[in-house]
Amino acid sequence: MGDRSMGCLMDWQGQMLAEQLMQIMISSFAVMAFLGGYALDSFEIMLLVYAGVVVLTSVITVFNWPFFNSHPLNWLPQGGCEASKARVLSEHKPKC
Amino acid sequence: MHSFGYRANALLTFAVTILALMCAMASLSDNLNSPSPTSQVQVLNINWFQKKLDGDDEVSMTLNVSANLESLFTWNTKQVFVFLAAEYETPKNSLNQVSLWDGIIPAKEHAKFWIHTTNKYRFIDQGSNLRGREFNLTLHWHIMPKTGKMFADKIVMSGYRLPDAYR
Repeated sequence: MGDRSMGCLMDWQGQMLAEQLMQIMISSFAVMAFLGGYALDSFEIMLLVYAGVVVLTSVITVFNWPFFNSHPLNWLPQGGCEASKARVLSEHKPKC
Repeated sequence: MHSFGYRANALLTFAVTILALMCAMASLSDNLNSPSPTSQVQVLNINWFQKKLDGDDEVSMTLNVSANLESLFTWNTKQVFVFLAAEYETPKNSLNQVSLWDGIIPAKEHAKFWIHTTNKYRFIDQGSNLRGREFNLTLHWHIMPKTGKMFADKIVMSGYRLPDAYR
C-alpha cells in the first residue's frame, strides 16, 4: 500500500496525530471557506477554497511523512521472546 | 489509520460529510434574506377577443411588464423562474389561473427588467365567461437555489377588466 517505499509504517502516535490533524484541518478550514464565501457573496469561492483545503489536508495526512514516525515501536525480534532469550544467553546481553 | 488506503478513505468520507453540512448551512442562510420585490403590469391593448369554435373564450392582449426582483437573489441562488398569471373567478370555478408569460432570470444583473410583449401563452377560458370579467394579474416567482430549499412567492396586482363585448 505504499508504506514499504517510505520505510517504516506510521507508529501509533503518528496515526492518532494524522487522524486528529485531518479532522481539525478539514472542519476548521471548512468554516473559514463558508464564512469567506458568504462574505464575498460567492458560492463558487467557497467550493474552490474547500477543494483546495481537502487536497492540502490529504497531502499532509495521508502520506507516510517521517514526522508521523517519531515514536517508533521496538518490535520483538523474530521467533518471539523465547527465541530471543536463547540468542541472548549466548551473547550475555538481556533483551526482554 | 494504519495504511494509505485506510487514511485516504477516512479523509474522503469526512470531507464529503462536511461538504453536505456546508450545503445545508448555505440553504439555511437563505432564510436570513428578506426580499422586497416590486412589479407593475399594464394591459396596453386587447388585440382580439373571440369565442372559439369549440365554445371557449379566447383573448389576446399586449402587456407591459416591469419588475425589480434584485432583492430575491442571494449567494445561493441559481436562477429565478418568474411567470405572470391571470386569475379570475367564474360561476363554474372559484379560481382560474392562466399563465400568460414566463421567463428565467439567470443573475441579479438581469433581475430589473421591463418587457413589452403579447401574451406568450394563450388566454383561453373553460367556457364562455370572459366578457366583462374582472381579473387579477399575479406575478409568481420561484427562487431556485444552488443547494437546498426553493422559495416561491407572488405579487397580486388587481383592477384589470376584460371588454364587455367580443372584438
